[in-house]
Amino acid sequence: MKDSLILRASAGYVLVAAVVFSLFVLLRGHNEPGGGFIGGLIGALGFVSYGLARGAAATRRALRLAPIAWAGIGLALAAASGLPALLWHGEAFLTHQWLSGTPLGTTLVFDLGVYLVVLGFGLTFVLPFLEE
Amino acid sequence: MAGPCMSHSLWLVPLLPLLAVPATALLLRARPAAAPWVALLPAMLCVLVARLPLGTTVELDWLPSLGIALALRIDGLSRLMALLITGIGAGVFLYASAYLKGHPLLHRFMAVLMLFMAAMLGAVLADDLILLVVFWELTGLASFMLIGFDAHRAEARKSAQQGLLITVGGGLAMLAGLLVMGTAGGSFRISALLAAPEALLAHPALSWIIVLVAIGCFAKSAQWPLHSWLPNAMTAPAPVSAYLHSATMVKLGVYLLARLHPAFQEVALWQGLLTGFGGATMVTGALLALRERDLKRKLAWSTVVALGTLVTLIGLEGPLAATAAVVFLLVHALYKAPLFLVSGILDKKAGTRDAMVLRGLLRAMPLTALAAALAGLSMAGAPGFIGYMAKDLLFTVQLGVPGLLPVVALVVNAAMVVVAGVVAARPFLGRRMPSPAPVKDPPLAMLAAPMLLALLGLGFGLAPWLISGWLIEPAAAAIFGRPTGISLGEKQASQTIYYLSQAAIGAGVVTYLAWHRLQPRLAQQAWLDAYGPDAAYGRLLRGVAGLAVALTRLVQGGSLRRYLALSTVLTFGGAGALLLLQGGLALPAEVAGPAVPQLLLVLLIVAGAVGACLARLLLAQLMAAGLVGFGVGILFLTLGAADLAFTQFTVEVITLVLLVAILARLPFRSLDARLPRERRRDAAIALAAGMVGMLTLLAVQSVPFNNAIAAWMAEASVPQAKGRNVVNVILVDFRALDTMGEIAVLMIAAMAGAVLFRRLRSLEGRR
Repeated sequence: MKDSLILRASAGYVLVAAVVFSLFVLLRGHNEPGGGFIGGLIGALGFVSYGLARGAAATRRALRLAPIAWAGIGLALAAASGLPALLWHGEAFLTHQWLSGTPLGTTLVFDLGVYLVVLGFGLTFVLPFLEE
Repeated sequence: MAGPCMSHSLWLVPLLPLLAVPATALLLRARPAAAPWVALLPAMLCVLVARLPLGTTVELDWLPSLGIALALRIDGLSRLMALLITGIGAGVFLYASAYLKGHPLLHRFMAVLMLFMAAMLGAVLADDLILLVVFWELTGLASFMLIGFDAHRAEARKSAQQGLLITVGGGLAMLAGLLVMGTAGGSFRISALLAAPEALLAHPALSWIIVLVAIGCFAKSAQWPLHSWLPNAMTAPAPVSAYLHSATMVKLGVYLLARLHPAFQEVALWQGLLTGFGGATMVTGALLALRERDLKRKLAWSTVVALGTLVTLIGLEGPLAATAAVVFLLVHALYKAPLFLVSGILDKKAGTRDAMVLRGLLRAMPLTALAAALAGLSMAGAPGFIGYMAKDLLFTVQLGVPGLLPVVALVVNAAMVVVAGVVAARPFLGRRMPSPAPVKDPPLAMLAAPMLLALLGLGFGLAPWLISGWLIEPAAAAIFGRPTGISLGEKQASQTIYYLSQAAIGAGVVTYLAWHRLQPRLAQQAWLDAYGPDAAYGRLLRGVAGLAVALTRLVQGGSLRRYLALSTVLTFGGAGALLLLQGGLALPAEVAGPAVPQLLLVLLIVAGAVGACLARLLLAQLMAAGLVGFGVGILFLTLGAADLAFTQFTVEVITLVLLVAILARLPFRSLDARLPRERRRDAAIALAAGMVGMLTLLAVQSVPFNNAIAAWMAEASVPQAKGRNVVNVILVDFRALDTMGEIAVLMIAAMAGAVLFRRLRSLEGRR
């Protein structure tokens, strides 16, 4: 499918749109349908469609890091989001904390971790199939 | 002196090396020449440990609801261990910096060695059973990485795996035992359990606790029949053998047995297990030590003997046995570590570790020979050395019990004299061996540790009062449970025992002189290899692998279609069989009739499903299956499950895109190659699976549903978790730990996938 001019030309825009949309879905997740899991899937979808048009090598370049590394960062973020409660507030691991008066809290870090693990997981398995 | 400031510095002992792990790696990667300076940290910690007052305790809450705390405590026994870990550690770090000079992975080696030291210190200072297990397993992990340091050698990988499987397998048994122990004794605090062991001793599961804990300790301390990993671990670099596999890590099992001894010392099972397995270990180790000609493996077998001796001593009652155990623990570390380091020097300088080949190096490396001689004399129990006092105590204790043990002790001690001679004297005496390059003494950094440790063995032997009251007595008191009243240097043995011990040493010397003729005969005894625990381990491992291969062949024959059919039949067939056999078939009392739009959707889904079964073109089947997926998604939407619908749509799109991507590389216009018979069979499987799914759902719906938790979550979502989307709040907050586990599983699956794909690519590249 790398021969399709339309696909090739639009791939970059589709990727940006998909990633932006996936982040939007991630952020709104706490109040509306969405969240890290679904966001990560949409993000992965963006990269897969990019890979269909431009090939796996270009997708790996666009990702900067290997998918497995993104997943690892995600898992580390999720684990780290549980530490403030343990270290500073004397509460159990993963008791989430919020900046006073704002909706910003460690839940967002946790959800971002979920997002990255799902993204990395999906791409680890899909990208090899797009390899030449 | 014991101010709060001083007691808090106990935290530093395991924490500083733990923090130093990444620092060491980064520093040495940038500046490998700084490696010798790393030895300053253990040296500093050694001084700190020596200055900490006994009985110092610090603690932080960890899991207060389970009574588990981050608690550290230092008493006589843990101080002796911590001093060995840091003191010998300082020497080993210095030695390693020279031994691995110029090695590209020096930074990694030193960082893992640092991690090991932190874990060891944590394990011997922990006053909480669970904390102890955490550090205990961490030492096993570090040992795995260090044994497998030369990862390109298959032998190193195999030995590392063996060490890990045996010690971690034992560790699992121990964890089970300690969990029961903490529950039975009413506390996970070691000091509390030892102070009041009555509840523990009266508990019906006492035998289980003792057996399980003993298995873990025996595996870690290489007791027969779990000893085979230790000689194989000798593939590791010499500093690792000296540090982990003789002076410290293998003593961890002995340490825990000694630690728990005050509680269990009067239980017959405890005494029987320890003396029985310890004695068997001594005999096995002594026999195989005589048979071995590789210096390091020979030393490893003699370490097995020493560990067996220690376990036996702990299993015996009385203050003298406790004192003997402590003295021998110290003595063994002081002579065995230098001998390992010397064997590393010989390996590096003379190019071989074969005791038959190494000869006449006295003139070439006089200082190395001196260090070896001092350590060897202490090992053989020569007067004036601290080894002499250890032998005196050992004989007094072991010859004083009825049964086989006195004979075992005499024979084993004679064998140890032989090993001391072969390792410490033989390479330096006799006619000079031919060597390709000139042999000379190593640099000071490599010589310092063996020389100093061996000199300490002489110094403590000449002036036992230096350590008697300060080090030995408190440690023995910790094993015995109360002060022993025995100080080091008092002569213990009676006249008879003295003559017997001299006879054993004499027999050892005679055997040493004939060893080069004895060894080939022992080596011929092939049955020792064929039927030993090491061979059993190999058979077990091959059996497991063979079973896995056979099972995989059976289930995954290579046809994806067959595999899918098989797993569908098993999953749904199993569920259906359960449902029928257990009488689970039920219908809900009232079923709300579907609204018209939903009915239309259902018709659409059914049409898609039937179409997927009937269509001949692959792409058409795909489209029909997509219809089912999207139809279900919309159905979710009409029922108010927006999140579910959202996810369903995304998964559908990904599946479609992926399948199209794969089909684009195949002749996708071609017809489905199945025979009509096969198509009918597949359709029947699909229909049956759907039926079972429906019946299960109906059965679930027929049970009254408790709504309390769901209602609480819906109510608490906004005030407690500041989110209006309950589904998401549950995922990231209320049940965050579950989600954490799920993404960890995804991560593990992705890692396995990444490895497989990389391997696949390298195979394709080779073709």
